[in-house]
Amino acid sequence: MTSQRTLHGFSRADIFFVAAILLLVVFAAVASDAFLTQRNLVNISRQLVTNGFLSLGMLMVIRTGGIDLSVGSVLAFAGLLATGLQQQMHFSMAITIALAMGAGVGFLNGWLTARFNLQPFIVTLATMGSLRGLTYVYADTPRYPVDEMFRGLIGGAFVGPVPVNFIIFAIAVPCVWFYLNHTISGRAAFALGVNKEAVRLAGVNVNKHLIFAYVACGLFAAIAGVLLASRLGIAQPSVGIGYELDAIAAVVIGGGLLGGGGGTALGVLGGVVALAVVDNVLNLFNVDSYYQQLLKGLIILVAVLARRKRV
Amino acid sequence: MPHLAVRNIAKSYDGNPAVRDISFAVAQGRVLALCGENGAGKSTLMKTLSGATLPDAGDILLEGKSAAIRTPADAMDLGIRIVYQELSLLPHISVAENILLGRLPTRGLSFVVDWPKANGIAAGVLSDLGFPDIDPTALAGSLSVARQQIVEIAKALATEPQILILDEPTAVLSAAETDKLFDKVRKLAAAGTTVLYISHRLEEIYAIADEIVVLKDGRSVLSGEASQLDQATLIQAMVGRSLSAVFPVRRGAAGHPILQVENLSLAGHFRDVSFDVRAGEIVGMFGLVGSGRTEIAKAIFGARPADHGTVRLGGKSEKFATPAEAVRGRVAMVTEDRKGDGLALDASVIDNAGLASFSRYAPSGIINGEKRRTLVDEKIRELSIKLADPSQPVRQLSGGNQQKVVLAKWLLVEDIQLFIFDEPTRGVDIATKVEIYQMIRDLADGGMAVLMISSEMPEVLGMADRLLVVRDGSIVAELQPTDFQPETVFAHAAGLDAAQATMGRPN
Repeated sequence: MTSQRTLHGFSRADIFFVAAILLLVVFAAVASDAFLTQRNLVNISRQLVTNGFLSLGMLMVIRTGGIDLSVGSVLAFAGLLATGLQQQMHFSMAITIALAMGAGVGFLNGWLTARFNLQPFIVTLATMGSLRGLTYVYADTPRYPVDEMFRGLIGGAFVGPVPVNFIIFAIAVPCVWFYLNHTISGRAAFALGVNKEAVRLAGVNVNKHLIFAYVACGLFAAIAGVLLASRLGIAQPSVGIGYELDAIAAVVIGGGLLGGGGGTALGVLGGVVALAVVDNVLNLFNVDSYYQQLLKGLIILVAVLARRKRV
Repeated sequence: MPHLAVRNIAKSYDGNPAVRDISFAVAQGRVLALCGENGAGKSTLMKTLSGATLPDAGDILLEGKSAAIRTPADAMDLGIRIVYQELSLLPHISVAENILLGRLPTRGLSFVVDWPKANGIAAGVLSDLGFPDIDPTALAGSLSVARQQIVEIAKALATEPQILILDEPTAVLSAAETDKLFDKVRKLAAAGTTVLYISHRLEEIYAIADEIVVLKDGRSVLSGEASQLDQATLIQAMVGRSLSAVFPVRRGAAGHPILQVENLSLAGHFRDVSFDVRAGEIVGMFGLVGSGRTEIAKAIFGARPADHGTVRLGGKSEKFATPAEAVRGRVAMVTEDRKGDGLALDASVIDNAGLASFSRYAPSGIINGEKRRTLVDEKIRELSIKLADPSQPVRQLSGGNQQKVVLAKWLLVEDIQLFIFDEPTRGVDIATKVEIYQMIRDLADGGMAVLMISSEMPEVLGMADRLLVVRDGSIVAELQPTDFQPETVFAHAAGLDAAQATMGRPN
């Protein structure tokens, strides 16, 4: 894969960020006894799964020059479906329905964007709002899983010291990498992110590949929702508000370009881990959550400044 | 039975006919040149053949059968390949991926890309074309403009085309690169590919074409064997009048220097550029695409300031850091990309025309609508801009009238002393061209200094009182009208000696 190496070589900003994360880890390990404990590391790895899946999905859409604001609503609705439907059916069936819903919302987003040439920001803003409303219509109070296995097999389960949630995420990262770099659809989606007309003129069915990216994003958001409900043992209709911003932040920190033309799975993994570690360190030092938000905003600013194109 | 026949094709955009009535036929293995001025409808015609747009009327016949070309994919399935005039390369992906866009080879599963094979195929196509040194794994955006054009051509040749359409393919190529392309075209034609070659460069047309069709104002007006048509007939048909009637008469009475540029440099674009433009004078600037001519103009106008050097206006040293400062210094610039940075296409004619002259009708920041309307109406009349209503979006006007709106915008600014035109007649029909030429001459006669950049040789030769030739970021020649031979100018622009240029591009 020599061609891929030249295309995805690391930039100075990448190295800077990896160094910054390592520095933060070293600092945290020295300054806090709690940081390098197994319990804390397990916590970090479980917590980053939610934003991890949302960010991977977001990456696929951002590479097409688009955006998906509806992932937080999909996450909430998927969690409620997967837990709420357990009263009527086996939990595996409930999960399947939840995931199908996510893919379906993604299809709707992609289809509206592609077929009618609408702006994805507006389309997904609309689905974000409507779906949140629908979520409350379906359940305005929390739902709890009925089947013990729902927690026992997924959210509460471990393989050795490693949480199953995290393992699922760890499998998803190379899958997304493979999709982006080694599949016809992933390459077409990347190409059309910069110049859709040029790709259409090459005889490519652009809408198909565009819609696929949104479907994948919706599906990933639903997976995040199911995993979150399974880990917490509760599904709330209000969960996930503002999560789309964390996902966009992780993509941008990882080198993704809003408007298309950039972003890698590995970069997003870096962005997700960075945000999770920052959150965790600030929590360990009992920093007020308002300051956490302030700091995260600054990190995003520094990231885009470091990666800006020279004019 | 002709391989390809086109019958009575017509196509309008927003009510403006781009193609009115074009018909021609070509036999298999022949090279047909389609020539005509900008705005003659060449590119629109090509888009209907490639499935990029649907014609409003008319038929396209392949081997005598009506061809249903609704999408680019349909055209590809029929073996039609096109090299577009505007680069359609994607800068952020590799050369190989660009060449094989939509046709990437797979291995095992049908959706898994076989990268080694893709790079191999691309390298094969490139070396077959005579450019084995282009790395298929390099990012397309990292190549020079000429190399990008080669990749664009390679893209069309990745699978043997039945019908190959080349739309002004040599605009950015050197003579040597052009020769390689022509060799390949001849080989393809000999092997049975039918070629449509679009150009307004007559010397190229005679070098490559078996047959010629002349387009003018969206109609096919003349066709015949290349050997039967002489240049004068061709020009007459393209322009609709002899060349002498197109350009206004030179007065040749230049006054004091208005613009004086000394040792202007911008790293990576141009260096040590010095020249002046006098009152009442039109100075032409000619250079191939990528030579740095536009960047020089942008530096003077403050759109992309230079690193070093001085610019004096009316004797006063100026260093414009933004276009706003340049306009306050009474400089106007008509940019080359009308749709990109000349006009807000969806805004009204009034809004666009009034964009540079707020001080005249909104001194305190509040727009005096009536005054603005009066000023704009006056220019609409003066320039005879054809429109239904000044509040209609500019998008709905024809290319020529859009360009006139750009001109109106700058003419509404008072006391302009230097007017810079970058490709002032691109995409404009010939009748409007003649009007614009006259208007530019009138500006000069009124005492303005005019700097006119163009890649259309006849235009700069017909208009300029003096001609600067730019190559690789330097001014390599300054010519007087007595030295205005196309061969000489091209030789300077391409860096050849004159004799070589004449041989390389036979007339």
